[in-house]
Amino acid sequence: MTPPAATPIVRATAIHKHFGALHVLKGVDLEVAERELVFVIGPSGSGKSTLLRCLNRLEEPSSGSVVVDGIDLLDPRTDINHARQRIGMVFQSFNLYPHMTALGNVTLALRKVAGRGRAEADAIGQAALARVGLADRAGHMPAQLSGGQQQRVAIARAIALEPRVMLFDEPTSALDPELVGSVLQVMRELRESGMTMVVVSHEMGFARAAADRVLFMDEGMIVEAGPPAQIFAAPAQERTRAFISQIKHH
Amino acid sequence: MIETFLNAAILKAAWPILLAGLGNTLALSLLVVPLGLAGGVVLALLSTVRVQWVRWPLMAWVDFFRAFPPLVLLIFLYAGLPFAGLEMGGFGCVAVAFFLNTGAYYGEVLRAGIESVPAGQIEAARSTGLSRLQALAHVVLPQAVRNVMPDLLSNTLEVVKLTSLASVVALPELLFQARQAQSLTYNPTPIVAAAVIYFLLLWPVVRLLSRLENRALAGRR
Amino acid sequence: MGNWDRFVETFFNAKVMAKYWPDILSGLFVTIELAALIVVTGLIAGLALALLRSLGIRPLNWLIVFVVDLFRALPPLVIIVLIYFGLPSVDLVPSGFVSTWISLALVLMAFAEEIFWAGITAVPRGQWEAARSTGLSFGQTLLGVVLPQALRITIPPLTNRTIAITKGTALGSVVAVSEILGQASSAVSNSYNPSPLTLGAAAYLVLFLPVVVLGRWIETRFAWKR
Ligand SMILES: Nc1ncnc2c1ncn2[C@@H]1O[C@H](COP(=O)(O)OP(=O)(O)O)[C@@H](O)[C@H]1O
Ligand SMILES: [Mg+2]
Repeated sequence: MTPPAATPIVRATAIHKHFGALHVLKGVDLEVAERELVFVIGPSGSGKSTLLRCLNRLEEPSSGSVVVDGIDLLDPRTDINHARQRIGMVFQSFNLYPHMTALGNVTLALRKVAGRGRAEADAIGQAALARVGLADRAGHMPAQLSGGQQQRVAIARAIALEPRVMLFDEPTSALDPELVGSVLQVMRELRESGMTMVVVSHEMGFARAAADRVLFMDEGMIVEAGPPAQIFAAPAQERTRAFISQIKHH
Repeated sequence: MIETFLNAAILKAAWPILLAGLGNTLALSLLVVPLGLAGGVVLALLSTVRVQWVRWPLMAWVDFFRAFPPLVLLIFLYAGLPFAGLEMGGFGCVAVAFFLNTGAYYGEVLRAGIESVPAGQIEAARSTGLSRLQALAHVVLPQAVRNVMPDLLSNTLEVVKLTSLASVVALPELLFQARQAQSLTYNPTPIVAAAVIYFLLLWPVVRLLSRLENRALAGRR
Repeated sequence: MGNWDRFVETFFNAKVMAKYWPDILSGLFVTIELAALIVVTGLIAGLALALLRSLGIRPLNWLIVFVVDLFRALPPLVIIVLIYFGLPSVDLVPSGFVSTWISLALVLMAFAEEIFWAGITAVPRGQWEAARSTGLSFGQTLLGVVLPQALRITIPPLTNRTIAITKGTALGSVVAVSEILGQASSAVSNSYNPSPLTLGAAAYLVLFLPVVVLGRWIETRFAWKR
């Protein structure tokens, strides 16, 4: 509800992204304050994933600037691998490494990028798995876990690196309905612990309960932004209204 | 018939010669398989570079050595290069020829393996801060190898069989030894014995491969 | 500069090449003839074995599997040497050409059988049942319904295998076949110059490079997808 604080953790300015002739992001500005949860909605193909991926430079913006936690991501001198440790990302399709245990998934970057020893990495990894309620699944392979458990391991993989901000790209869209709740529960707890989050999702209930701001994206632009109550109940733009009513009738 | 093709007396006399040959065949395999694999890993990793001036020369390199019969390559190194003052000896020639030839084949197999790993795997690894090379080494390559295990094994079988070419440049591996023994005894028994040894050595691999291939196919349908 | 001239003089000697290119060319024709014979007989024999195997006669299938395993496990050069140097002991004297042809055809037969068989078993049972339920006979189902589907998925692995085995024609030089490598090698020892080998290498590339590129294209075209 409050406007962004003086020094936002994420400050993306005038982001444009072209894929060949396709103009996918058309000048997006986004600021995310510390401890804020920004919720992004919009029709399929509107550029939500692309925007999120520009925030950790998995996608290279065609122009604009992205500053996260004071680090200019697009500066060629920036050590992007180091910067990415401060930006956790959770994918729609989990993307767990199928050849490693849950704990192995969580500790790989701790050991290879953060330079922790195996024992220390294992301890941190165990703690992260405990936070997502999977302490007893550390030795399981991804294939032995349910979708909801896999996504929680993926969240643990990100939070183990103690990121300053977490990006979620439709984290529950690939899950069976009965498994969605456990993932949302973990996200809610993260939010309560003060994590800064950007969440692309269709879970309106979660947005109402947990989001500070909701952004509506369409055709590569942020059409409208505001508190969830306002966006869902009384959107100012016709496009937003059409989208919301479509979602509600689903 | 048995007298001619599996003569006990001749077999007994030739046995030590054949055993020495078998030892050399195994030693040669233990050298050229890792050599070819190393070359293949380098080629496969290079193939993930999405830059045209890397991709095209790479593809040309691989196709060149896939089109070139390995024996021609070997003879070129062995009988051609000495004219340029480059004398590598039979062993050196075999090592280089196998590195080039089998490296290209392993490279193709591993490239297919890498391409079979979903892009999300690399993205997940990169999102946690792993470098491109770290992501390839720790996340992609282990999955790639597992996905193309039958092809890797099949290629390795071909490489071991291919070591018989070394007989042409007088390396005393199994086939060479058998031919020596045959020309001394004027009897084909040593060659038949060598064939039996090859078969007993490689049959289990062929059986295993047959199973793996059938299973892979069953999974695909 | 001097080094370069010497290199060219050695490996691209115009005089030597002018003298020996007809030999290499005749070698090229021998290689093509040999390769064509191997491909045709090997593939036909492989397909025949796979069809025989689909009859499901137990002892026959064991025999087929054993023969296939045998020629997958033995190095082609060993088979060639065995036939060329071994058969004369029982008064059969195959030429180097025939020895190479038979050997590589047997190897191709083995690999082709394996691939054809895999293709046949990959066609879902439902296809058999649907065809038989409409009154088609076993043979009609096999040839008219199953085989066409099987052939499609066998094309990429079969192409690659065929190329690899056909390259083995160079092994004929070991048993005095005057194919490209044989011609080139004897030209080198007659001329004391490796240029004929360069020519021979070029001849192999002219012959096989298009096939390899074609194989790559086929592989992407007919990839194992449905
Ligand atoms: N790597 C890519 N190459 C080409 N086009 C892409 C690529 N990634 C996304 N796009 C296109 O960009 C547009 C926005 O995609 P995306 O950001 O995934 O939308 P959303 O997540 O909102 O559904 C779509 O039209 C999509 O096809
Ligand atoms: Mg998306």
